[in-house]
Amino acid sequence: MDNSKFIAKHVAGLPKSGIRDFFDIVAKMKDAISLGVGEPDFDTPWHIREAGIYALEKGKTHYTSNLGLIELRRAISKYVEKNYSVSYSPENEILITVGVSEALDLACRALINPGDKVMYHQPCYVSYMPGIVLAHGIAVPVPTFAKDNFALTVDALRAAWQPGCKLLMLNLPCNPTGGTCDRAQIEAIAKFAVEKDLIVLSDEIYSELTFEGVHTSIASIPGMKERTIFLHGFSKAFAMTGWRIGYACGPATLIEAMMKVHQYSMLCASIIAQEGAIEALVRGEDAMKKMRDQYHRRRDFIVRRFNEIGLKCHLPRGSFYAFPDISKTGMNEKDFAIGLLQETKVAIVPGSAFGENGKGFCRACFATSYEQLIEAGNRIEKYVQNLAKK
Amino acid sequence: MNPVLKLLLEGGSLTTAQMAQVLKLSEADVNRELDTLKKNGVLLGMRPILNLSQEDSGVVRAVIEVRLTPERGGGFNRLAGRIARFDEVESCYLMSGGYDLMIIVNGASLQKVAAFVSEKLSTIEGVLSTATHFMLRSYKEHGFLIENAAQENERLKVAP
Ligand SMILES: Cc1ncc(COP(=O)(O)O)c(C=O)c1O
Repeated sequence: MDNSKFIAKHVAGLPKSGIRDFFDIVAKMKDAISLGVGEPDFDTPWHIREAGIYALEKGKTHYTSNLGLIELRRAISKYVEKNYSVSYSPENEILITVGVSEALDLACRALINPGDKVMYHQPCYVSYMPGIVLAHGIAVPVPTFAKDNFALTVDALRAAWQPGCKLLMLNLPCNPTGGTCDRAQIEAIAKFAVEKDLIVLSDEIYSELTFEGVHTSIASIPGMKERTIFLHGFSKAFAMTGWRIGYACGPATLIEAMMKVHQYSMLCASIIAQEGAIEALVRGEDAMKKMRDQYHRRRDFIVRRFNEIGLKCHLPRGSFYAFPDISKTGMNEKDFAIGLLQETKVAIVPGSAFGENGKGFCRACFATSYEQLIEAGNRIEKYVQNLAKK
Repeated sequence: MNPVLKLLLEGGSLTTAQMAQVLKLSEADVNRELDTLKKNGVLLGMRPILNLSQEDSGVVRAVIEVRLTPERGGGFNRLAGRIARFDEVESCYLMSGGYDLMIIVNGASLQKVAAFVSEKLSTIEGVLSTATHFMLRSYKEHGFLIENAAQENERLKVAP
């Protein structure tokens, strides 16, 4: 029996993630050096893990309010006000979610009517386009370019805009490019959003990992709070990927709409993760900054190495990804990455896994030890030299 | 902070060649920097941090609390310096609180450490009392956890 006929059309139509294809190849390879991950190499700082253990000991094993623990919402309110200069009420403007992943899904489902168009910059995180499509929206990619250090420009937005666009998804600093926007650029994007009456979904999950300049949240631009949903989480900056905890902040009406979906689908985020998240916000700043400083120095090293090797690489201002241009080798990014893996056992991710505009680039995560980065750099160098001889 | 020093603290066990690559210096430059740090008394030395059983290392370790009579002019410095010079003494610190010096002592056996305390340490003029605590087991050494089995890194090889 052909049971694939039961699968909903919009799900059947989604491509499998390019990352998963690649993962299947890497998983079979023994002792590969992997720059292919999207998470910190650090384990969660111990004091946060300890808070999780303590929560279990104290019998914190129950459901929480749908919005999440009020103590956590209060801590988030303080943290966001201090670091992003925008204030949200813990009572009705903050929703705790199962990672930014769930928050993205909730926002798409709560805001998109079938056929609504959603703009997002590309290359981008692998879930954006599918998230839009699963909510029956139409994905409208906006390209970002190496010449702009992968900042999102209003020119590109204007060129991509079409009637029916309702939502703009931002991810600055960006996975996979490390590109971000300075204040003036953010202000210009905000102006565009107002002009076109767009609601903005701003995924700022890498914002603490901004190495140059200060991070500006679009929610803090005057007039933007009312049309912005600010998404953030603990996975990257606090090395808490496995805890599955994040949050959305926004105007009460929109948070209430997301909360409806959340209430009927997820109910609430894990209480243990919520307790850990409180600890991270209240006492985790030092450990977070220490990790950030280490990423910063490793970034400087690996980006320099890519450029020495002859793979042009812009300086990613945030995140823990380098995004070198490999087109000079004459290969496409997939063949380059697969060849590199098979010949030298170094895994990086082909840029096209992050959308059409990632063609010609590869993503290398530098959240790994110096030893691994040094060795990976040397192997990539040899591989590129051999390609040139061919 | 000096970049070579920073990398020493962060990079764990990088070779000088690897350090040179990270810092974009020649290996000779790195060695020169290390020499300067040594000359300035900042870098005292480097040694491996081992996880050896007592049988393998042939060493017993003890923490000894020492009470001293302070001296006019130098306080505890002269006596502390004198005690620190013994080969058996691995570390020596002036402490606040109920005693004055805490010293960490290595010896080939319980008897050897006991002999050091009773014959050398306690007999120094100015040492008022000692209390010796033998270490039974180590759970963490200089920032490294000592665990039964080497832990596998659980990270996936590729993730979004
Ligand atoms: C841009 C971006 N958004 C969201 C996520 C998912 O984060 P979370 O672990 O909070 O679900 C990731 C993870 O890779 C990401 O890169």
